[in-house]
Amino acid sequence: MPLLTQHLPGDDEQYSLVASLDNVRNLSTVLKAIHFQDHATCFATVNGIKVTVEKAKCVQANAFIQAEIFQEFKVQEESVTFRINLGVLLDCLSIFGSSPMPGTFTALRMCYQGYGHPLMLFLEEGGVVTVCKINTQEPEDTLDFDFCSTNVINKVILQSEGLREAFSELDMTSDVLQITMSPEKPYFRLSTYGNAGSAHLDYPKDSDLMEAFHCNETQVNRYKISLLKPSTKALVLSCKVSIRTDNRGFLSLQYMIRNEDGQISFVEYYCCPDEEEVSKSEP
Amino acid sequence: MKCLVTGGNVKVLGKAVHSLSRIGDELYLEPLEDGLSLRTVNSSRSAYACFLFAPLFFQQYQVATPDQDPARCKVLMKSFLSVFRSLAMLEKTVEKCCISLNGRSSRLVVQLHCKYGVRKIHNLSFQDCESLQAVFDPASCSHVLRAPARVLGEAVLPFPPALAEVTLGVVRGPRVILRSYLEEEEAVTAGVLRPMVTEMSLREEDFQELQAQEGVAITFCLKEFRGLLSFAESTNLSLSIHFDVPGRPAIFTVEDSLLDGHFVLATLSEPDSQPQGLGTPQLPAPPLQAPSTPHLDDFTSDDIDSFMIAMETTVGSDASRAQLPPSLSPGPQPPCSPDSNSEEAEPSTVPGTPPPKKFRSLFFGSILAPAYSPQGPSPVLAEDSEGEG
Repeated sequence: MPLLTQHLPGDDEQYSLVASLDNVRNLSTVLKAIHFQDHATCFATVNGIKVTVEKAKCVQANAFIQAEIFQEFKVQEESVTFRINLGVLLDCLSIFGSSPMPGTFTALRMCYQGYGHPLMLFLEEGGVVTVCKINTQEPEDTLDFDFCSTNVINKVILQSEGLREAFSELDMTSDVLQITMSPEKPYFRLSTYGNAGSAHLDYPKDSDLMEAFHCNETQVNRYKISLLKPSTKALVLSCKVSIRTDNRGFLSLQYMIRNEDGQISFVEYYCCPDEEEVSKSEP
Repeated sequence: MKCLVTGGNVKVLGKAVHSLSRIGDELYLEPLEDGLSLRTVNSSRSAYACFLFAPLFFQQYQVATPDQDPARCKVLMKSFLSVFRSLAMLEKTVEKCCISLNGRSSRLVVQLHCKYGVRKIHNLSFQDCESLQAVFDPASCSHVLRAPARVLGEAVLPFPPALAEVTLGVVRGPRVILRSYLEEEEAVTAGVLRPMVTEMSLREEDFQELQAQEGVAITFCLKEFRGLLSFAESTNLSLSIHFDVPGRPAIFTVEDSLLDGHFVLATLSEPDSQPQGLGTPQLPAPPLQAPSTPHLDDFTSDDIDSFMIAMETTVGSDASRAQLPPSLSPGPQPPCSPDSNSEEAEPSTVPGTPPPKKFRSLFFGSILAPAYSPQGPSPVLAEDSEGEG
């Protein structure tokens, strides 16, 4: 730490983004939760950093790391945007090892000078400093799912432990995961239709796992299981998950992740429904 | 058919499915008057396993409603296993398990009632099938060992996970030995130096029953044995091993008032003592009385290279080997060799013609052996798998 705080005291003005962190895992854990594609777009504002990853124009994951998570967070412009290889970034963040000895922390100072410049990482652990420069790429437009809370039809908040096992044991021979949300029975149901038959998982609305249940009408939507499976990474790290669907059947999964210092970050997945009609054959 | 399992018995059932899954790809489910039977047989029919859960094992047990045919079905082991995949979860969260078979919906329905009111419903597709039944009789075996599963479990613990077969023998003392069995070719290709032989020796006092002559020894597959052991260990039962001369199936049983389990495993017909003897010179002579003619005819665990070596080093028996495609045996899985059923035509007793494979189908073996021979005309003791699973 001392090394990093002394680092470049007068040079901060030349950077459009400067962020430092005592424990790099508070950042890397959240980024791992969305690492299912290497191309990530980063947006930094005074509120914090949002990192966005997309796949197949059908699913989008956002990780929000608020400014408060960082010990120092300065953004010179209104917003700073760049694209970066998330795999490389994560490798650099864990350059001192991904499972360090308990009680030891890797400190991070992250600087970005602006368009066309690399992202500079200074990582320090036990007096050893590593400097990484990661080339940034042209930012691309990200999808706007236009998921607006006023259009939300159904919403449940579950304790993550209740879903964790369900997601890790999803029958991957099924193409889709069907989510039923309803004010009537079965309230909240996850279904798969695989080679060996179908499987349903029902959560009653009065279950202790159910933190909130606001369902207004019955919705049955199918989502490509291959698109939802990556969200298991976020689910494993999270303590609560909010599941919402809007009037178009779009799905929003919001994961609340508590870091080692007890601070909260959020990871959000959006997924569009599978186009095929839901068959009524299976009860 | 409908049965309801509650509490700790769900895990017992799950454990049983796990141990069956080490043997076969299909699970035969048959509700009988004296309980629910779960059976499986491996693809080469050299191993058969059966659990019977007595009606008292269940909270509720209903074989069939009067208008129904006696239900019986076979499901893919993989899909049934997926219901019971996580044993820790079964123990922690599952309170009730209800298995029902409904001919009308053509689904085997397994419902798990979990903590917090969560309910999992698996609708598994199944096939109608004949009853799967192997012919065996523990009482006709001349040798019996019985020991707590823990004792046997600790005895097989030191064996490497990849080891295919293990030899069980009774030596002077009497003591019971368990020794890793090495294919002769493994020893040859490695120049007899590399292979490690692990041997465990158990005292007579460790056994609850030990009725076996000194000098007897059988060799069988470890994987299936481990499966039953882990079941028996988790239920704290003792395990009995009934066996006869090498080549005759060995019968492994666990029993209590609520359930019994039978695993019938083929044994190697001719244990070849030579490399084993070299590896463990301190071993007393009797346990493995093998005929002196050495065979290099087992290429069950070969890659192409050792197959080639076997071709070169064996004179005279090339013909029998040449019929077999060398790519058949990628791993050390002798009983799974796909052609074991076709071996029946070859009488293993003809002098000078070593059997191409040492494990014979145990069902076939049980037909050949006069002591086992059923009087009925049907030679098919286990229903043929119907092609598609």
